[in-house]
Amino acid sequence: MKFTWFNLMPWPHLPEDFREQHRSVWVDIPSSLYDPKKGHEVYNTYLDQLEYAESLGFDGIGVNEHHANAYGLMPSPNIMAAALARRTSKAALVVLGNSIALYNPPIRVAEEFAMLDVISGGRLVAGFPVGTSMDTNYAYGQVPALTRDKYVEAHELIRRAWKEDEPFHFNGRFTQLRYANCWPKPIQSPRPPVFIPGGGSVETYDFCIENEYAYSYLSFTGYKRAQVLMDGFWDRVDEMGADKSPYRAGFAQTICVAETDEEAKELYGEHVNYFFNRCLHIYPGYADAPGYRTIKTIKKGALSQFTRASLDTLGKLSWEELVADGHIIAGSPETVVRQMKELITGLKVGNIFCLLHIGNMTNEKTRLSSRLFAEEVMPKLQNMWPEWADDERFWIHPLEDRIKPSVPIAAMGGAD
Amino acid sequence: MTAHATEIRMLEIGNNRPAVEVWEAGQGSPLIFLHGAGGLMPNDRFFQALAGQFHVHAPLLPGYGDSLGEELLVDMLDATLHTGDVIDALGLDGPTLVGHSMGGMLAAELAALAPNDVGQLALIAPAGLWLDDHPVEDLFAKLPFELPELLFHDTALGEKLLAAGLDLDDPAFLADFLVIRARRLGMAGKLLFPIPDRGLSRRLHRIKAKTLILWGESDRLIKPVYGEAFATAITNSELQLVPEAGHLVTHEKPAIVVDAIAAWFNAS
Repeated sequence: MKFTWFNLMPWPHLPEDFREQHRSVWVDIPSSLYDPKKGHEVYNTYLDQLEYAESLGFDGIGVNEHHANAYGLMPSPNIMAAALARRTSKAALVVLGNSIALYNPPIRVAEEFAMLDVISGGRLVAGFPVGTSMDTNYAYGQVPALTRDKYVEAHELIRRAWKEDEPFHFNGRFTQLRYANCWPKPIQSPRPPVFIPGGGSVETYDFCIENEYAYSYLSFTGYKRAQVLMDGFWDRVDEMGADKSPYRAGFAQTICVAETDEEAKELYGEHVNYFFNRCLHIYPGYADAPGYRTIKTIKKGALSQFTRASLDTLGKLSWEELVADGHIIAGSPETVVRQMKELITGLKVGNIFCLLHIGNMTNEKTRLSSRLFAEEVMPKLQNMWPEWADDERFWIHPLEDRIKPSVPIAAMGGAD
Repeated sequence: MTAHATEIRMLEIGNNRPAVEVWEAGQGSPLIFLHGAGGLMPNDRFFQALAGQFHVHAPLLPGYGDSLGEELLVDMLDATLHTGDVIDALGLDGPTLVGHSMGGMLAAELAALAPNDVGQLALIAPAGLWLDDHPVEDLFAKLPFELPELLFHDTALGEKLLAAGLDLDDPAFLADFLVIRARRLGMAGKLLFPIPDRGLSRRLHRIKAKTLILWGESDRLIKPVYGEAFATAITNSELQLVPEAGHLVTHEKPAIVVDAIAAWFNAS
């Protein structure tokens, strides 16, 4: 199993009456709700937590990209990954990912991912999301019906940029480069492992299987609701004749660990409530710009998870209901181990993106929950897929002899 | 209103491109109607009103109805040239063009690109311009229940007209509805998203056709101030406001709109 500690980086200071006063946490939320001075502490606390996760033994630490979003404060995940690259030494840097249709020209992604891979000594996991409609269409103005074409073209350019040894011409519909020439190139050759965040678009299944990319379902509704979608993925794996390595797939899950089930509710209940009621308060008009999803996907009934019905329901559920329906995995280490085994075997996934910081959770609680997960839960899940223990295709291949950053002057008690 | 028999046919436009669905009805001088982002409604009452005074041809843009091939139209130029090809295929020389909203934008663009090919022009609340002080509302982020108020002066009438035949609680209907909406607005988005400005303001001065600009006084989607902007930019034009009508002035006051168009064209 590969466990990645993931922080969405929510803004933890949304007011009590946020739902009443504002229609959406995303796209048109006023930035007056953001306070840069508090933000200084928030960013540094979150980065500290990611570094702490490495020290706890998580296989990866994860960041992602959102825009105009108060529950995801990383418009540039590569800046976060760069900060982490210098302060960590073992964990995979899971950048999940860069919305490649948004970079102009998209060779920028090939360059920045290569930089991260080189600085970190080959620890990058490269994610290529299409991006949500909120991010891609509403916040970044891409024409919905052209978003996927632009994505496909950007992907082709990036893969070629990593592969070619000479400058090449690229005559795309959206990007034209006479001198496409990627300096630097990634350490992991011909490419870092690639993860594709998906939310049910059928085209994404095939894209992952054909390219040997890991399909990553970043859901907020938990593992029980994910069954149909993940079954759809494994059906395609079968139909396309690929092997069934669990490392082809990953799942994001909200997890809360305490000493006992009761303590979990007491410690984390308010933060889970903050996440579902304030962070996921999204105006449904932004969920799916018409044209963003293909007709094939709509016909399969795979709609956005950000619809009013699904989100409103989550916010109203009690702690017990959230746990019973698997929206969150929460409780004592024993309880969490049992639920995690259900998740892993049910969805047949080898990669778990552990959402252990939730909403406005304090630093102390985040560290407690993360430590209990690492010490009491992870060891009992390590050997879930013994027959695939040697499958290295979907994970990082770092250099053996990696450079250690020299210790900064300030840390030695020297000049500030 | 008397119902006019409507012939719906598929029109070949050549070059191996998919055929285009065309509605045709009425007697009198020929007129081409270009629909807005919502397409034509079942038994479209504005189409019917036009057919009362004209021989009207209404081609559906790819993405609408049985007009396929929307993937071949990537941008404004593609859609405008496609419209020109459809008019050629209809065999109408120096045609009279009437366009509503997105269709008005296409009609104005065509008249600006090929000023000698368009005879007369009526633009009803056309899209295509952007004024920073009067932003056009974001049609693409609206939910179905928000549309009557956005598009009609008389919200109750809007609810009645827009809800006809809609049952969003029926999953089978909803699935079809979502596909239809994705095709239509997916295509419309190539012309209108995120800001409905594809440079038309730089070209409007080229229009030679005598142009009537009609606007619902209560238009909340594209405010009537845009009518003044079009009237200023198009040399031989006049703006007429229709009281107590919103963006779908075509459906709120069809008789008044068609009378105004007929009077304008008869005077020229």
